[in-house]
Amino acid sequence: MLKRKRWIFAILAILPTLAIFAYVRLYPIADTLRLSLFKWDILSKNKPFVGLANFRELMGDHLFLDALVNTTIIAFGVLVLTIPMALIIAALIFHRTRSRMAGFYETAIFIPHVVSLVPAAMAWKWIFDARLGPLNALLTFFGIPAQSWLFDPVLSVICIIVLCSWQALGYAVLIYIVGFKNLPVSLYEAAKLDGASGPQSFWYLSIPMLKPITLYVSVVTLVSGFNVYAQAFVLASDAQGAPGRQVRVLVLDMLENSFRNYRVGYAASEAVVLLVIVLALTLIQFSMLRERGKA
Amino acid sequence: MTTNSVNYIEPTTEELSEGVRLRRKKRAINFAIDVFLIVVSILMLLPLVFLVANAFKTPAEMLSWPPTIIPRDPTIANFSAVLGETPLLRWIGNSIAFAVMSTIAIVATSAVAGYIFGKFRFRTMNILFALFLATAIVPFEVYMIPLYFQAKSLGILNSVWGLLLGYLVMSFGIFLIRQNVIHSIPDELLEAARIDGAGEFWIFLHIVLPLLRGALGALAVLAFFQAWTAFAWPMIVATTRTSYTIEVGLALFQTGFTVDLGRLSAASATVLIPSILLFVILRRNFVQGVASTGLKE
Repeated sequence: MLKRKRWIFAILAILPTLAIFAYVRLYPIADTLRLSLFKWDILSKNKPFVGLANFRELMGDHLFLDALVNTTIIAFGVLVLTIPMALIIAALIFHRTRSRMAGFYETAIFIPHVVSLVPAAMAWKWIFDARLGPLNALLTFFGIPAQSWLFDPVLSVICIIVLCSWQALGYAVLIYIVGFKNLPVSLYEAAKLDGASGPQSFWYLSIPMLKPITLYVSVVTLVSGFNVYAQAFVLASDAQGAPGRQVRVLVLDMLENSFRNYRVGYAASEAVVLLVIVLALTLIQFSMLRERGKA
Repeated sequence: MTTNSVNYIEPTTEELSEGVRLRRKKRAINFAIDVFLIVVSILMLLPLVFLVANAFKTPAEMLSWPPTIIPRDPTIANFSAVLGETPLLRWIGNSIAFAVMSTIAIVATSAVAGYIFGKFRFRTMNILFALFLATAIVPFEVYMIPLYFQAKSLGILNSVWGLLLGYLVMSFGIFLIRQNVIHSIPDELLEAARIDGAGEFWIFLHIVLPLLRGALGALAVLAFFQAWTAFAWPMIVATTRTSYTIEVGLALFQTGFTVDLGRLSAASATVLIPSILLFVILRRNFVQGVASTGLKE
């Protein structure tokens, strides 16, 4: 009787949240999957079922493939820059955890992660600016010719990677610091007694023991890298000033297909590709963690 | 190593000097680490510092090399130009309204759902919780196009309600509160209240909520900043000049060819300074919330 009453309370309490959740999350996810199999161009009334035709077309769409390649390069570029730096910085901050400055370090490195994307990107737009930017001024000071950073397709990818890494670093450092705090102190003391130096115990103890954290941070960084949009939108305007055209990324291509070309079904199939990438990354993370657990 | 642990034998002068040398070496290393970390911290902040500095510079000074951190003759011309050209304050107002409402919605839904999933572990509830968690993997960008059409059919495009639709629930928030409920609210406490005849709703309001204050505070800060920095969703939902959030307004404002960097910096600084101040004040809450994201697994 009592149990039944509690069950009813639980159901009644969860119902509003569940309803919202179903409406703003479950339904649109299902709808994305459904729309990806249809040809729907907003203007026309009928929505014919086309099976996997959208996906077949994607494979030959050079704009999409361009976006896919750029986004992948950006995501992995950010990963390669961020993870080693974050690990080292976190180790050093953890080492100095008792100093008065530790709070300052953490805050300073974390601030780029919380500030609004667009104003922060604006700061970098100035740094990379061909005419006014300090980066070119610095380069010419050392005798290196100035580059038009934001108008060259390769250089602007690098600029986006730098901007995204600057933002991602703080999060990775914070998670690593938590990881360091959870490592057993006794192990390090034992290593010290055996004559291990600081760098040695970092390399042979910390890095292997922090592997689950590294996996987690890597996947989070990669997933947010694949969702890059605002950074490219602000930094990579093309010669006509059209935002984001210089470096096409997946989200931009998807939104253009949906809202400029009115091809919603096609855009949905792009979203499904994005989903598959994210799911694959997450699955890799979980399977690597499980392997570790067995070993 | 062994010299300082043995205290009943008088250390020789050699051993003493060895200890002094080790201590000096340690201090030198710590000093080097501090220098390195200070340089990194400053480099991380430098782009933002320059942005704020540029906002107060005259066009001539913007061109000078090396760039100055403290403008020689500070001007507020950039600010007044931006405020005259754009409804910047309106955009900030939209962003604040959106972020505050989203925070309230997320805190409310997460508090209830987190408590139910943490303490009412019937099979149905466990299945529902798994469902909530599973969809957390799906990035917002994947399903925002269908959600846009839902907002459209509700007739709430270009309004704060339309913005809100995308930011009503947060799977991670529910997860965070559930963890807190499990770890910090003992079953005995709830049982004792039930025996005393307290109703379930009363227990939630008067026992559970006060105990969750810290976790809900951390979640509120996370939710606020999440909405405040949202970009893709506001970009498609709020497309009229008066309904832009600050992020969208700035991003579109900067694409104009006539806009110079001084004005852009002024507009950006207007947004950055309050959010950095807010972050520094709420830092502890924020760090607690973000740090707990790393603890799932």
